Amino acid sequence: MALQDKDRIFTNLYGYQPWNLAAARARGDWDNTKALMERGRDAIIQEIKDSGLRGRGGAGFPTGMKWSFMPKESKDGRPSFLVINADESEPGSCKDREIIRHDPHKLIEGALVAGFAMGARAAYIYIRGEYIREAETLFAAVAEAYDAGLVGKNASGSGYDFDVFVHRGAGAYICGEETAMIESIEGKKGQPRLKPPFPAGAGLYGCPTTVNNVESIAVAPTILRRGAGWFASFGRENNKGTKLFQISGHVNKPCVVEEEMSIPFSELIEKHCGGIRGGKDNLLAVIPGGSSVPLVPADQIWDAPMDFDGLRAVGSGLGTAAVIVMDKSTDIVRAISRLSYFYKHESCGQCTPCREGTGWMWRVMERLRKGDADVQEIDMLWNVTKQVEGHTICALGDAAAWPIQGLIRHFRPEIERRIAEKGGALREAAE
Amino acid sequence: MADRHIYPDSPELRARWGNFAWTEANAAKAKEIVARYPEGRQRSASMPLLDLAQRQVGAETGTQGWLPIPVMEYVANYLDMPIIRVVEVATFYTMYNLVPVGKFHVQVCGTTPCMLRGSDDLISVCKAKKMPTGGVSEDGLWTFTEVECMGNCSSAPMVQINDDNYEDLTAERFEGILDALARGESPKTGTQEPGRHTVEPVGALSSLTAMVNENHDYRGEW
Repeated sequence: MALQDKDRIFTNLYGYQPWNLAAARARGDWDNTKALMERGRDAIIQEIKDSGLRGRGGAGFPTGMKWSFMPKESKDGRPSFLVINADESEPGSCKDREIIRHDPHKLIEGALVAGFAMGARAAYIYIRGEYIREAETLFAAVAEAYDAGLVGKNASGSGYDFDVFVHRGAGAYICGEETAMIESIEGKKGQPRLKPPFPAGAGLYGCPTTVNNVESIAVAPTILRRGAGWFASFGRENNKGTKLFQISGHVNKPCVVEEEMSIPFSELIEKHCGGIRGGKDNLLAVIPGGSSVPLVPADQIWDAPMDFDGLRAVGSGLGTAAVIVMDKSTDIVRAISRLSYFYKHESCGQCTPCREGTGWMWRVMERLRKGDADVQEIDMLWNVTKQVEGHTICALGDAAAWPIQGLIRHFRPEIERRIAEKGGALREAAE
Repeated sequence: MADRHIYPDSPELRARWGNFAWTEANAAKAKEIVARYPEGRQRSASMPLLDLAQRQVGAETGTQGWLPIPVMEYVANYLDMPIIRVVEVATFYTMYNLVPVGKFHVQVCGTTPCMLRGSDDLISVCKAKKMPTGGVSEDGLWTFTEVECMGNCSSAPMVQINDDNYEDLTAERFEGILDALARGESPKTGTQEPGRHTVEPVGALSSLTAMVNENHDYRGEW
């Protein structure tokens, strides 16, 4: 059964209507937010837990549980903070941008409700620097909310004081990592911190902090209004809710669309994207969750449910639900090599395996692309990805390794073919 | 890691930028920015203030702006923090220009989602127009940078020029935009696909059709 419009949370996703407060209110945002807060902190967290909402930023950690890690009250006078991750930079991901520029009040209302539930004193929304016009909208929407008394002192008449600040990044993918983001808000280079201590114990300015994705926060008010049972009625067990999918690459109509979790890949593509360019038989492979997850070949992805478990079952992941589709015209080695270049460019330089490894892996990938390599180097590259993976402070090393591992796992014959074509024969003759 | 170098310090550079100070409007803006962060944490404002400074340099030079060393020093003094901490931030984040740029900083996204939709053609356009990377074209108009994913993947390929995005590009559409900019016009921003509004599927909508003509409230149907 397909998701109906009345069950879509982001009704102004395409921006046909204004983003401003009056229009947002007419769509149902900021509708007696005080009453939502009067249910109490524990009830809000319980409702989010019951809804089955898992973090929408990629890792899929249960959102309600994350909120419950925050201290119930401050024992030493330190305030708590909510940091909202709008540093959307994962190649393929383009959903938070639509929320921010077309429905910013869902995010700001979510910030208040979530911040109240975890006992935060303020929210910092960290928006990537390249979202220049989007940040202008967000600043203006926050100002509207202040002027209307929805946030600030006695936010929404609830008696709770809560501030919302916007912090613009300046072009660093790594700041999407939660501790790098905290460093960046503190005005430093965005280099991830060692954990523990976890942000819920010592985060922004050394205070308890929770970092949540934009989408996770923006859906919270609607879940509270419609109930956990409503949200949990979509998707399979352990993969509940609705989700913004972002489809790019070789489909007839790339788009962003809100759909039910667990929708089969084929249905998502046929229904919203006009099918694969050149037809189903022209599909080569799909990166189903943004650049960091391994690719899945056509035959395995076609019927796969688009959710956390369904994509794990085919050796990949849901990530941010950024679906990059590649048809048979794609130079698949180049497509992955370009991602290797991305990770080389975005490595923060802190950990040696990542700083040196991402550059090394990209250079070998470029040689494999041209076939200018030895067959054994495929295995050597595989081994190096295994040495980078899991040996760095943050997950950027893993993210750089996985696409290459996916390529070798599924397209090794193609790499070997290039090597043979380029002159494997020639080299043998010389020996 | 990105390969970046700061512009060499020299007496000429000092002569040009040594007296840098906020304009009246930016002084008020800077104060408002610092107030966003808790007391004693003014260092948090280094990023937004570097952006503000770059924009002021841009306004003075008729470009996107950049950060000469004396300007970084001014920001460091303003926030009462060591200059090296500001330089660290300026060199780490790629949106701070460390060398002068042209009137139009043409940033073509070349990451895989854009590559799959034809960003190679856009890069060829820039090369054919002899836009230099890390420098300025002879007419002072252009600087070209191939950038990493800009988050416009469902309307790829895309280019960001100064503060605006141009999406759903082809080589032809891109050339048209560059020519219009060179003539001093302001071409339409956002998607360049005829009939497309933002990131909906081109042609017939597959969802949310009621939103097109009215600000539909779905609550009555819950």
